[in-house]
Amino acid sequence: MFETALTANDLWFMAQGAGWTLLITAIAMAGGTLLGIVFGITRASLPGWSTLPLGFLLDIFRSVPLLIQLILANSFIPILGLRATPFTVSCIVLALYTSAYCSEIVRGGVEAVPQTTRRAARSLGMSWWQDMTAIVYPIALRVMLPSWIGLTLGVMKDTALVSWIGVIELLKSSQILINRMQNEPLLILMIAGLIYFLISFPISRLGARLEKRFREND
Amino acid sequence: MFDYTFHWRPALRALPQMLEGAVVTLQIAVLSMLIGIALGVVLSLMRQSKSPVLNLIASTWIEIARNTPALLQIYMAYFGLGQLGIRLDSFVALLVGITFNNAGYLAETFRGGFRAVPQTQIRAARSLGFNAIEAFYMIVLPQMFRAVFHPMTNQMVWAILMTSLGVVVGLNTDLTGVTQDLNVRTFRTFEYFAIAAVMYYLIAKIVTLGARAVAWRLFRY
Repeated sequence: MFETALTANDLWFMAQGAGWTLLITAIAMAGGTLLGIVFGITRASLPGWSTLPLGFLLDIFRSVPLLIQLILANSFIPILGLRATPFTVSCIVLALYTSAYCSEIVRGGVEAVPQTTRRAARSLGMSWWQDMTAIVYPIALRVMLPSWIGLTLGVMKDTALVSWIGVIELLKSSQILINRMQNEPLLILMIAGLIYFLISFPISRLGARLEKRFREND
Repeated sequence: MFDYTFHWRPALRALPQMLEGAVVTLQIAVLSMLIGIALGVVLSLMRQSKSPVLNLIASTWIEIARNTPALLQIYMAYFGLGQLGIRLDSFVALLVGITFNNAGYLAETFRGGFRAVPQTQIRAARSLGFNAIEAFYMIVLPQMFRAVFHPMTNQMVWAILMTSLGVVVGLNTDLTGVTQDLNVRTFRTFEYFAIAAVMYYLIAKIVTLGARAVAWRLFRY
């Protein structure tokens, strides 16, 4: 029953895949959060009609399957005459995809700060930058942080799709093992699932706890 | 540098085929949502129940669905169940995977929705002579669905986007599958997938706007 052809080497191979999953997640989150902050503040600060094109563009990233975004980017970059490894392509696409969601989170956070508070700050002589960093940021952060953690986990799970364009991350590495051993996909997938779960579950618990604490202190 | 000629004509000629694929995509999404809603209600009730066994089953389902990638869940249905002797074709495997995922997410949504219905309403219903089941169906459920209508719409859009994963387990009848079939025959990857992207966008928009119209019709006093 418990005989398996799986060796320590294979487990190491999967661990390396998990490393790539984490690396892509980190890069996508870093890039996506930076872009998302810029887009989100732009959308919250400028009048609605002037940011409609930006809103439309970001909406596309949220309404088209990520798999298709990856395939499109992967085939469009060679059309431009550029070269990029699948890893670069997936990081770029995932960062843009993340920024679309992050901009909504940031916009919601900024809009959650009462206008009167911000006007009070400005009338006390604070500059726009001071208002943003000393007034908006701390108040908006409590609104944004739980959703941002949720987004991180979502992106971590979505990195599974980059296997389609040839990045060997956790799911792809387990698929390679499945193809090689043929007769024990269940065990391999369960190990992969366990790794995903071990990464995701503690962070989601942390997010839930933060959300609860913020709500209690309001 | 830019020496690629776009060939849109063959891609546009494939439009009827792709529209058929879009219908299959919608079918899978709607089916997975309907079964997912039913399972989600049951799961969220199980999670609130006092029986530790029911509670454990529901929590396990919900946490696995929410903490592993949807693609892994589809692989599980396709390769994993295959090892246990349950061979599903790719359509069913995709449906099972997405439904499993939907049910987990919806159960959490419904939990919040049930909390939005005041306990006093149930007591009021019972004292008016409703039995427990009637009170649940006629008083609690409708109000719960109203509270979670918006998140449910989002989940529906998610379900549509998730159907694109079917191609990974070899489904070739849904929109992505049809597009991939055309792609491997012609290698006009960008043209075909650009059209597929536009179609997914339109489907998602139609569903969102449709849901908004339904909400306006249903939830107006």
